[in-house]
Amino acid sequence: MPNKKKIIATTSLAGCFGCHMSFLDIDERILDLIELVEFNKSPINDIKKFTKHCDIGIIEGGCCNDENVHVLKEFRKNCDILISLGECAIMGGLPALRNGIPLSECLEEAYLNGPTVKDANPRKIIPNDPDIPKILNKVYPCHEIVKIDYFLPGCPPRADLIWNALYALVVGNEMLIPYEVLKYD
Amino acid sequence: MAKKIVIEPVTRVEGHGKVTIQIDDNNNIIQSRLHIVEFRGFERFVLGRPYWEAPVLVQRLCGICPVSHHLAAAKAMDVIVGAGTGEGLTPVAEKMRRLMHYGQIFQSHSLHFFHLASPDLLFGYDALPEKRNVINIAIENKDLAVQAVLMRKFGQEVIARTAGKKIHGTGAIPGGINKNLSIKERDELLKGPNPFNADMMITWAKAAIDFFKSYYKKNKDFIDNFSKFPSNHLSLVRKDGALDLYHGVLRAVDENGKKILNDVDYQDYLEYIREEVRSWSYMKFPYLKQLGPDKGWYRVGPLARLNTVDFIPTPLAQKEFEEYKSITGKISNICLHTHWARLIETLHAAEMIRDLLNDPDLQSENLITKGTKAKRGIGLIEAPRGTLFHDYEINDNDQIIKCNLIVSTTNNNQPMNESVNFIAKSLINGKSNISESMLNAIEVGIRAYDPCLSCATHAFGEMPLEITLIDSKGNIIDKKSK
Repeated sequence: MPNKKKIIATTSLAGCFGCHMSFLDIDERILDLIELVEFNKSPINDIKKFTKHCDIGIIEGGCCNDENVHVLKEFRKNCDILISLGECAIMGGLPALRNGIPLSECLEEAYLNGPTVKDANPRKIIPNDPDIPKILNKVYPCHEIVKIDYFLPGCPPRADLIWNALYALVVGNEMLIPYEVLKYD
Repeated sequence: MAKKIVIEPVTRVEGHGKVTIQIDDNNNIIQSRLHIVEFRGFERFVLGRPYWEAPVLVQRLCGICPVSHHLAAAKAMDVIVGAGTGEGLTPVAEKMRRLMHYGQIFQSHSLHFFHLASPDLLFGYDALPEKRNVINIAIENKDLAVQAVLMRKFGQEVIARTAGKKIHGTGAIPGGINKNLSIKERDELLKGPNPFNADMMITWAKAAIDFFKSYYKKNKDFIDNFSKFPSNHLSLVRKDGALDLYHGVLRAVDENGKKILNDVDYQDYLEYIREEVRSWSYMKFPYLKQLGPDKGWYRVGPLARLNTVDFIPTPLAQKEFEEYKSITGKISNICLHTHWARLIETLHAAEMIRDLLNDPDLQSENLITKGTKAKRGIGLIEAPRGTLFHDYEINDNDQIIKCNLIVSTTNNNQPMNESVNFIAKSLINGKSNISESMLNAIEVGIRAYDPCLSCATHAFGEMPLEITLIDSKGNIIDKKSK
C-alpha cells in the first residue's frame, strides 16, 4: 500500500538544527519510520520544492528573517497539519533573547565592537548586501505568522516525544505522551 | 557586459548559504562568493547574563555539535573561576569532559561520513539527487544503514551519560563537572551486547577507513584533483605535538608545512587573530594578524589538524595516520582528503572513548576546582569542524560584559570561498552555459568542509542548489536547478 503512506515535510528556520538531530535520535526507529511515511521537501532528501501536498509539516525554529517567513507560509500552504517542534518554533527560543535589544546594537556588537574586529574594520562595514536576506526587527514564534496545529516542547524535544507524536499522527491514534517524555529543557 | 550567476539553496528557501559567481563577456570568472545568510546576535544578547549560564546558553548556537560550544564556554569559565586554563581541573573533571567531547567527535564525524559522504561514494557523484541520500542507503544497503544509525547512537549515548542529555546537556560547569560516570553507565558503553560497545565502534570506524581507501584507490585522480589550493592550516595541538581535540597550544603551518604560529598559549589569541567584515556575508573572515587578511587566512578541521600535528596518540589511528602521510606527504592542500582525515579522527575518537572508559578516575568524587576569580576567560577547543574560540569578560556582579565567538566554520569561510572559486574556474571559465555537473561539483566542494552553515543545510546530506545566470540588467539568461 505505498500510496497510503503519509507524506512528511520538515524544515529548520531560525533554529540550531538540534530538533532535527533529536529526530535522528529515534535511532533504529528511523528504519520503521520510512516504512510508514514518505518524505517530501526536507533537508533529509534534497527535494527542494514541494512536489505534492503533504499530510504533516514539521517546523524547527522561529522566524528571524524574511526568508523564514516565506518558507513558513509555503509550509502552511502545502501541509494539512503543521507541528511547531521545539522551543524556538513555539516561542522564539534562545534567539528571541535579542527581542528586547535594538537590532542595530546586535549588529554593531558582532561587526564593529568585537575584540577581533574593532581594529580590523576601519570602514565600519556591517553586512547589508542585496544578496543576503533582511533580518526582522525581532524573532517571531511560528504561530504568530501562520496557524500551527500541534506544539511539541523541549530544547530539543526528546526523541521519544517526537516518535510518539509522529507515530500517533501517522497511524491515526490518539497521542499518548507519558509525563516522563514531556520536558521543557 | 558582466553577468552574474547565483547558486542558492532552493529559492532562498532553506536559506543558509548561497553562491554568486560573476563572469565577463567571455565567460571568464571575475569573482565568486559564498554568502552566509544567517545572523543571530549571540555576542550581544548574552551581555548581562551571569557567567555560569554561558555553557548552557551559547551551545544553543548549534544542535549538531552543542558539546563543542558547551565545553569551550566551560573552559573559558574555568579561567574566570580560577580553575586554570585546561590543566587545573581534577582528573575526573577533565576526563569526563574529554569523554563527552570524544563522544561528540565520534557521533558528528559518523553523521557526516554516513549521512553525507557515503551516499556520494555509494551511488556516485552524478547519481540523481533523490537517490543520493541516507534513506536510499537504508533501502539499498540496510546493514550499512544500521551501522550508521548505531555509530551515531553510540556517540550520543556517551554524551547523554556525561552531559546528562544527548543534545544541549549540562554536564560541564565552571571549574569542573556536575557528575561522574557510574560503574553501570560505564559498563553499558564498555561491555554492551554486540554491536553496541566501544570495541565494536573501533572495528566499525576502522572498516569505514578501509571503505574510503578502497574508493580512493579507484578514484585517485578525482579525489586528488577535484579542488586543491595552497593555504595555511591552524589547530590546537598537545604540547608534545600530538593530536588533542580537547586542549593544547595554537599551532599554524603554511602551505609547505613550515610553522608560522609556534605553539602559542591561546589565552593570547588576540595577539594573533583578527577578522575581516565583508558586506556580502554575515559570516566574518578570520586571518592571522601577522600576515594580514590577504595572506593570513587559514583552514581548520580534520585536514588542517592532520597537517599541524606530529602524531596521533592512539595506536590504530597512528597507523592509519602514517599510511595517510605516506600518500599525502608532509602536508595536504587537497580538499577531498578531508574525508579521509575525518575518518582517521573517528577511529582515534573511538580508541579514546574505550581508553577513557577503562580509566578508574572517572568514578572519582572530586568534581570541582576553585580558585581566585579572574575578569576574563578564553576557551578554545577542536570541534569536529575545527578550532572554536570563546572569549568572555565579566564585571563585579558576575555578569558577562563582553563575548567574542569565532566558530569553526567561520574559520573556514575564506577556504570555502577559495574552493568555490577553484571549482567554478575549472568548470565555467570560457563556457557559455551552466551544466548539471557544475551544480554537483560546487555542492561537493563546499560539503567537504562539512560546513555548519548555521547548523543547517549540510547535516542531512544534500544542499539543494539553484543556479541563475543573470546579465548586468538583471535579465535571466539561463536557469538550472537540481
